[in-house]
Amino acid sequence: MAEDIKEKIARLFPEAEYQEGDIAQITVADKDWHRLAMTLKDDSDMDFDFLVTIVGMDWKDAFGCVYYLTSTSTNRHISVKVLAPDREKPMIHSVADLWAIATIFEREVYDFFGIVFIGNPDMRRLFLSIDWKGFPFRKDYDMNPEINPVPLESERQSDFTDVYTEDSEGNVTRREERVFQPDDFVVNIGPQHPATHGVLRFRTAVDGETIKKIDVYMGYIHRGVEKICEGLTYPQTLHFMDRLDYFSAHPYHHCLCMTIEQAAGIEISRRAQVIRVLMDELSRIASHCLFIGTYCMDLGATTMLFYTLRVREQILDIMERTCGARMTFNYDCIGGVMQDLDKDFVKDVKALLEVLPANIKEYNKIFTGNVIAKNRMEGIGVLSKEDAIQWAVSGPSGRASGWACDVRKTDPYSIYSELEFDEIIRHEGDSMARFKVRMDEMEQSARIISQLIDNIPEGEYCVKVPKVLKLPAGHWFRTVEGCRGTFGIYIESDGATSPYRLKIAPPCLPLAAVVDHITRGNKIADLITIGGSLDYIVPDMDR
Amino acid sequence: MEVTTKSMPYEAWKDNEYIEKLVNELRESGANVIVGSLDKLINWGRSNSLWPLTFATSCCGIEFVSLGAARYDMARFGWEVARASPRQADFIMVAGTIVHRMAPVLRRLYDQLAEPKYVIACGSCAISGGPFRKSYHVALGIEDIVPVDVYVPGCPPRPEAMIYGIMQLSRKIKVEKFFGGVNRQEKQKEFLESHPVPGVED
Repeated sequence: MAEDIKEKIARLFPEAEYQEGDIAQITVADKDWHRLAMTLKDDSDMDFDFLVTIVGMDWKDAFGCVYYLTSTSTNRHISVKVLAPDREKPMIHSVADLWAIATIFEREVYDFFGIVFIGNPDMRRLFLSIDWKGFPFRKDYDMNPEINPVPLESERQSDFTDVYTEDSEGNVTRREERVFQPDDFVVNIGPQHPATHGVLRFRTAVDGETIKKIDVYMGYIHRGVEKICEGLTYPQTLHFMDRLDYFSAHPYHHCLCMTIEQAAGIEISRRAQVIRVLMDELSRIASHCLFIGTYCMDLGATTMLFYTLRVREQILDIMERTCGARMTFNYDCIGGVMQDLDKDFVKDVKALLEVLPANIKEYNKIFTGNVIAKNRMEGIGVLSKEDAIQWAVSGPSGRASGWACDVRKTDPYSIYSELEFDEIIRHEGDSMARFKVRMDEMEQSARIISQLIDNIPEGEYCVKVPKVLKLPAGHWFRTVEGCRGTFGIYIESDGATSPYRLKIAPPCLPLAAVVDHITRGNKIADLITIGGSLDYIVPDMDR
Repeated sequence: MEVTTKSMPYEAWKDNEYIEKLVNELRESGANVIVGSLDKLINWGRSNSLWPLTFATSCCGIEFVSLGAARYDMARFGWEVARASPRQADFIMVAGTIVHRMAPVLRRLYDQLAEPKYVIACGSCAISGGPFRKSYHVALGIEDIVPVDVYVPGCPPRPEAMIYGIMQLSRKIKVEKFFGGVNRQEKQKEFLESHPVPGVED
């Protein structure tokens, strides 16, 4: 951490503790937390305006949270550890008033750990039903399926949410508040709706055709990956990365592998790094292809799906020949990659690079310039840069709002610092901009691939790693640029063969959370346009 | 009576014993010559125009999209009319993990399908919970929620496997009694009686 920040915090918060590291960590008691958060965000020297994630923790003797913050102006990182020592009634002050996305992040922590956030305007469960017994991520949670059986009856719904407030003497009281007003007309969209891209549900309050408020309901595909990982060894945890955002399987694998390799001190070969980056960029093209296809289909241009899937199938063929699968590759492993490249890999990729520009041109010709498409997308769902940062909307959607948030540029990992490519940034912030950013990113990905494809170095594709992998005690946090935004992995180890806590910070959770903010005042038909342009993947946000 | 498929020899199918068992059941129960012929005609039509419900929770759903695109082209078999409303669909392809919160929704979707209706459990999650078996929030297979006709293993199954699975469903439909006591409906009735949903009368 920079000395100036360290000194300033030491002066203002003498009780705070420091821990230097990759990302410096401040440990602070809950009573100082909100004041510290305000300083971190508003002080002109610090300006930590991007809340990357909140990691809920159960340290057995205390609950707590680790906040990861980034400054978008200076690109510095910091983390803050806040403890909630009371195991019976764990409480932490909310920072939802400082970072809008904290509303959802804190709900997630509450859902998993039962930590109540004082001052959060919406303290409901996020993924689990209101009748769920217990908090699953607590270490003393009883996994017995008889306590929480699979229900066949429709879930009990509530129109009320809890709000916890603190008076001047420090007494916390709970009160109920309405999610919707009694005279609101609420339309239910999802979870089985073709335009929600998976099983997401919107409770939409409308005034005529205009959207007043959206209550996003998640958890229809919450599989508890993080909890399962706590019982598995490190190599076993890898394959779940394929099944979160199944389009970003390679980047996500890359992230978890890098985190584990960093923790275990494993250096991987140059060849493996090049292969990983090649695969990341190929999957980015495939992912954006599918986005364009399904998005156009949502808007009524079904034909586009067939055109874009043509390229996607070509990429899947390349991947299949090397990785042995079409979707769940499980290719990156600790120490490198699972197997060497296929003998035809270079030839196939070159064939792809040859046809790609013509295809992108064709997509633009068919769809981008189309007057109907323009009318439906331009000026619809505008997200300003400030709001994008407030809501942590990263990835192509954030870059369409003018926020330079590409992790490949801001914190280059692997070999990205040596590569030449542009970060695509647009400033309109509307659905059309989000669409065009992805279009242009495909070209940039192709550019990266063409730089590497002739220069794949010789060498081993996987270095030797110990059969039983133990990480030293400690914690690590790494981010990569997934196809949809900043993807982070937090690992806390107590020195055993399996993680004490493995937290996945998905890019799609903020993308879904921002839907309410971005659609207000728009027409209900535009919900499809806006939701589609954000391109969230539901299994990724639900995990 | 023999179940035939155009341009696919009978021996190429994997589980003919199952279909033969159904054929024998049909034979034993006996059918009127006119009703039997009508059955055959109607089943020919039904088995060649199966309409799926667009229902996908996770990865398998993307392979289902590939199935609809030009390369695998399910329109060849008459399955391309994917319906967004369960009222218009013939079968539901459960593509993806079913978790606690989704289970009642799936059951309701199934209840909303019009008769005759079928279910395909697609992918290891829908069959048994798959890689997420140890989770606190995943149903261990959908067979406790809805009656399943065909299982398609894989994680996710390749589009070819899905084609094979739906073709098996077509074969099953061909040996059904459409008029009078539908042999399959008996099993469905049994299932629904043993898995009642409170407040819903089947």
